[in-house]
Amino acid sequence: MGGGVIVSGPAAGGVTALRVTGSVTVQDRGRPGFADIGVSGSGAADRGAAELANRLVGNEPAAAVLELVLGEVALRVDGATLIALTGAPGPIRVDGDPKPYAEPFWVPAHATVEVSYPPTGLRSYLALAGGIAVPPVLGSRSTDTLSGLGPPPVRCGDVLPIGPRRGTPAPPGPAVAPPPGPVALAVSPGPRGDWFTAESMRVLTDSAWVVHPASDRVGVRLSGPRLRRSRDGELPSEGMVRGGIQVPSGGQPIVFGADHPTTGGYPVLAVVTDADCDRLAQCRPGQVVRFHRVRPPA
Amino acid sequence: MRILPCGDRAVLVELVEPRDVPGLHESLRAARSGPLAGVVDVVPGERTILLRTAPGADLAAIAAAIATIAPRPATGKPARVVDIPTRYDGPDLAGLAAELQVDREALVAAHTGAVWQVAFCGFTPGFGYLRSDSWQCRVARRPDPRRRVPSGAVALAGPYSGIYPHESPGGWQLIGSTDVVLWDSGRATPALLTPGTTVRFVALPWAAASS
Repeated sequence: MGGGVIVSGPAAGGVTALRVTGSVTVQDRGRPGFADIGVSGSGAADRGAAELANRLVGNEPAAAVLELVLGEVALRVDGATLIALTGAPGPIRVDGDPKPYAEPFWVPAHATVEVSYPPTGLRSYLALAGGIAVPPVLGSRSTDTLSGLGPPPVRCGDVLPIGPRRGTPAPPGPAVAPPPGPVALAVSPGPRGDWFTAESMRVLTDSAWVVHPASDRVGVRLSGPRLRRSRDGELPSEGMVRGGIQVPSGGQPIVFGADHPTTGGYPVLAVVTDADCDRLAQCRPGQVVRFHRVRPPA
Repeated sequence: MRILPCGDRAVLVELVEPRDVPGLHESLRAARSGPLAGVVDVVPGERTILLRTAPGADLAAIAAAIATIAPRPATGKPARVVDIPTRYDGPDLAGLAAELQVDREALVAAHTGAVWQVAFCGFTPGFGYLRSDSWQCRVARRPDPRRRVPSGAVALAGPYSGIYPHESPGGWQLIGSTDVVLWDSGRATPALLTPGTTVRFVALPWAAASS
């Protein structure tokens, strides 16, 4: 794609889901600002990958994309359009022809786009020029898998409207696919370190944690040594954040994701930094993560 | 009051008295147009208020600003009052009354006589945890949660009352039901019950299944 090419035109019609396996949801930048009435922020779990996909096809950063989790999908586009895939590098073909990762490419009218299981990473982001144009709820087109707000998950046969194309596609740059090996995540202190033994923070950062299959957009469950509390009793419900590492009494941590509940009653020992939440969002079941402490900003 | 760390984009303010949360919540929300610009969410809890910031906000400056804002009292403007017409027909009402050694009518009268306030929201969009100074009961959750609590169920747990905005699993004790719409994402104010809202339950006449 050369620079300076402005693509604009009428709405590209829609995109039809011909085949869907695994989870496919519509995501944008979510609906922040409503946590005090019980609404999760939601939005793309790997925000950097979603933003890159939008930039590559000339969309505004707030445009809605498709978030694919370890799935295989086939979509048919009504009108010719520009598409890009980022995040987990699922092989992508248009009418059988392989297309590049993290680069925008043209798709002719009525073509079939197929994305296959990625070799690494967890979540792929598919942006179409114009964005997915389902009606927003509380200002966002994101599916909240905890509350059900927003559009339902994409299923076979669904037809999703696409918005009008505008904007200049960005030239592709170096894109790094999620790595297969252990992932290092930075954490800073949470509010309830004093609920845990002095040894627990050391155990948190010394251990290799394994992503459990029961992980989802609400939270990533980790298997590893038991994190022991220093006190009994229940924590009064308090506000929670994405990246918060909460520890139920069983001692196995859960790291909150994009659709996390707004309040909770399990103590949070530490919090994954905002930037590294995107990297955790690409860790698949069985993958190893390790935490390291960084200095808190306040 | 303590200000506790919560990662690189939030701080947690912990108060001594749960009753101080609504007033501080109001002050902190108002300050988002001034010293707390950059704060995206102000989330009350039972004894805390979480402040979550936009990326790039100066968390240290925000924590310092909170310490200066907090001691000011609430603005004093009257809270919104919401009436909840309620049929006291819940399956757990008779059992609870027996446990508390009062008759049903007295329990219902205590519930409708209390002035409730939304202490905080959570669990699901539109769910408010209601507290009242005049409600002294502490009600245990059911040992086995129900798989299906109907939409509009009026319920008790701990020191709180709550109303289920939609059908869901739930472990609270069900004492009644209401047709009031707690959540409508199409409304300008989607949640009927927001932190600080005053709530009164109003008993509706209803026909018992067998009389």
